[in-house]
Amino acid sequence: MSTATVETTKSWGGGKSPFNVEYGKLMMWYFLMSDAFTFGAFLISYGTIRFSTNGWPDPNEVFRSFPFAPEGVHAPLVFVSVMTFILIVSSVTMVLAVKAGQEMDKKAVVKYMIWTIIGGIAFLSCQAWEWNHLHHEGAWWGRNPFLNADGTASSTNFTNYFFTITGFHGFHVFSGVIINIIMLIMTLLDKFEQRGHYLMIEKAGLYWHFVDLVWVFVFTCFYLI
Amino acid sequence: MSHTAQHEESHGAGEVKKVTIILSVLTIIELILGFWMMDIHNVGMRLAIKGSIVILMMAKAFYIVAYFMHLKHELKNLIMTIVVPLGLFIWFIIAFLYDGNSFRNLRNTYDPYFKERATIKVEKKEEGHGEAAHEAVADTTAHASDTAAVENKH
Repeated sequence: MSTATVETTKSWGGGKSPFNVEYGKLMMWYFLMSDAFTFGAFLISYGTIRFSTNGWPDPNEVFRSFPFAPEGVHAPLVFVSVMTFILIVSSVTMVLAVKAGQEMDKKAVVKYMIWTIIGGIAFLSCQAWEWNHLHHEGAWWGRNPFLNADGTASSTNFTNYFFTITGFHGFHVFSGVIINIIMLIMTLLDKFEQRGHYLMIEKAGLYWHFVDLVWVFVFTCFYLI
Repeated sequence: MSHTAQHEESHGAGEVKKVTIILSVLTIIELILGFWMMDIHNVGMRLAIKGSIVILMMAKAFYIVAYFMHLKHELKNLIMTIVVPLGLFIWFIIAFLYDGNSFRNLRNTYDPYFKERATIKVEKKEEGHGEAAHEAVADTTAHASDTAAVENKH
């Protein structure tokens, strides 16, 4: 930003960062905006298809089990609320890691990054279990064993959208965990101490919060309504 | 790098705690509404609950973006460059959901097979997974009266 000796233009004088954030952070925001449009397109497409069909499976009948539960247990919303809270908590530890980074507190950054990574892995494990469970029940792309809520035959739209959208979100969680692990290693190698700032942690944090944000929408659209 | 905003950023652990509590409470209210909705078969009431869940979802999204992602404390220019393009979603959602709904109504009117298929109940599957499958069928019949009411409207 110190090198900004731009010719004066009518729209912006230059010489000063217009948004008062670092370049990489601004680009992360723009990337997240484009990603929001991708997820938005998926979810709107799901909504459109759901509105254009007469019946739809009842999520409380489909997502009704949790690990180590006896066969045929009816516990809707229980497992997915555990997943939701895991992601919220890992988002909170990420905020604390960013805060520790702003205070140049390496020890606290390491501690909170480890907790965030554990949260991410826990979420992915939950999702892997759920996918595995649904797969055993006969659900997969192109296969839908669940009837509509009114007992009529359903199409494969339900499972196709469920696996595509939660899969795309799970892939984001996975890459978020990888990014967080890289950030943890860089912190341990004192890379940020040498740079004099922990802005990379903030950028990773933006991505991680975005993953949590998308889950808020996915959770509502697939499990609640 | 000039990070004058950095000093404002330490709004303290108090804010983090507050937002965490708000997000947890909103999630719990959503779940309570979700559990409550399972026993309600009135179509209008279900729609009202779904609407409230969506409003709570938007509130959660606001708290995550504004406080966790820190957008609220950025410069107004930055806020606008992010939020204004996302305003397109308002139009996307209205237009596409309206389109989907219209497509269903058209098919129900002009496609007898489409309409008929939505009224035929599937017999219990023999290849199902024992009790679990049978229970599911038994449960779904309870919802039948509710959806029949919907069909009458169209």
